[in-house]
Amino acid sequence: MASERKILIVDDDIDCREQVSMILRGYGYDVITAASQAEGEEILLRTQPSLAVLDLMMEEMDSGFVLCHTIKKLYPDLPVILLTGVTAATGMSFKTQDARARRWIEADVMLDKPVRPEELRNAVAKLLEA
Amino acid sequence: MEYTLNVLVTDDEMGMREGTARALAHFTTRFEELDAVVSYTVQTAASGEETLALIEEIQPDILLLDYKLPGMSGLDVLAKIQDRVREMITVMITAYASLETAITATKQGAFDFLAKPFTPQELRAAVRKATNQLLLVREAQRLAEEKRRIRFEFISVLAHELKAPLNAVESYLSLMKEQPPNADPDMFKHSVARALVRIQGMRKLIFDLIDMTRIESGTMVRKLAEHDLTALARAAMETQEPLAAARGITLSLEAPQPVPAVVDRTEIEIVLNNLLSNAVKYNRDQGSVTLRCERKDGAVVIEVADTGIGMADKDVERLFGDFVRIRNEKTSHIEGSGLGLSTVKKIAGLYGGQVAVTSTPDVGSVFTFSLPDA
Repeated sequence: MASERKILIVDDDIDCREQVSMILRGYGYDVITAASQAEGEEILLRTQPSLAVLDLMMEEMDSGFVLCHTIKKLYPDLPVILLTGVTAATGMSFKTQDARARRWIEADVMLDKPVRPEELRNAVAKLLEA
Repeated sequence: MEYTLNVLVTDDEMGMREGTARALAHFTTRFEELDAVVSYTVQTAASGEETLALIEEIQPDILLLDYKLPGMSGLDVLAKIQDRVREMITVMITAYASLETAITATKQGAFDFLAKPFTPQELRAAVRKATNQLLLVREAQRLAEEKRRIRFEFISVLAHELKAPLNAVESYLSLMKEQPPNADPDMFKHSVARALVRIQGMRKLIFDLIDMTRIESGTMVRKLAEHDLTALARAAMETQEPLAAARGITLSLEAPQPVPAVVDRTEIEIVLNNLLSNAVKYNRDQGSVTLRCERKDGAVVIEVADTGIGMADKDVERLFGDFVRIRNEKTSHIEGSGLGLSTVKKIAGLYGGQVAVTSTPDVGSVFTFSLPDA
């Protein structure tokens, strides 16, 4: 079913958006893109993708978290991958095993930027099979 | 700002200690230029040993130190507190104001002398002078710290700005290397095109940085000579013409007569190129850019008006800072270093001139660069 393979990509960086799109299209997924949290929310109100890939920092430092929260409220079963350049920029890691932090973050998978094609493909495939 | 400074008075004569404490107890002094009002709390010590212990304990701001003490002398105390001379001002109190003593004590970090016997007025004058010195030293330290902080921030932002295009290019290259199975044949071409755009952006950043450091460090030898600004403006417009034409943007120059001014040619070229390239970059397709160059109200004025995306008042306020880029949906596809306008502002400063902007979102912006008519 085509609708099962539609992925929403939200990132304010044009190149990251392009790259994630190319990777996912290359693996046969349909993609819809948005360049901001607001634009992402707008799309989510009229269509339900099968997975979302969000950048963490957009208009605000935590746009990705907020959008992730919105998604889980609208579609609790929609898997979310959160991309973050924060590790590279600050040395901070959100890839924590701490259960409380994981609940708070809500994303199903967190991946570091720059995104590696294989890693992204594997994460998407795993979440869509589940 | 109101400050209360700790004063430690060391004298072996009790009468001196008490008299000094009394004279300072209700003394308040004002420093207009530093916007400071200072009052004092006083503690006393009768010996050198007691003084050293109290310095550790109360960390005084000002030490009034008797030269002649039983046991450990005033000079011995000074020798032991060498490492504190930056935070604490020491005034030596002495009845034997010989030149030799003065030199020795000054070498050991004493700031001033007060000769015994002294009146309460003389004491207060000495304390006021010491306070002034202390406040100046602290202000200088604060400024140095601020400068270090700004420099550090600048470097960390710069590192981030240089890393971003590198990451993008690297990602495009790895994407080309590990092509997904059903990759679009155009993917390759598109990746190369975007990688080149990012590399050009990085080069622009590096060039802007070179311009900026040259101007800031003052190492660029300025060649001030008379130039016709309209001729420089015309040349700068020709440089931007291909980029403008590609998007149907019209460039026009409104300069009815030559505007000769004594300037450094390179600096004015940097200004014109930055203002014009911004006016093109942030314009809409089929828009226009108008450059006016004239002598007005005792100043030389270069005005660049565009019909672009404009910006909100809150963005205008911070526009001329280092690495400031107005980031929103309208600008996300536009490359820029965030150094161009801060450099323009620095150049204006070199001439005692200024740069200003008025802007309306979705209508356009007008940048005005003016130099006092030399």
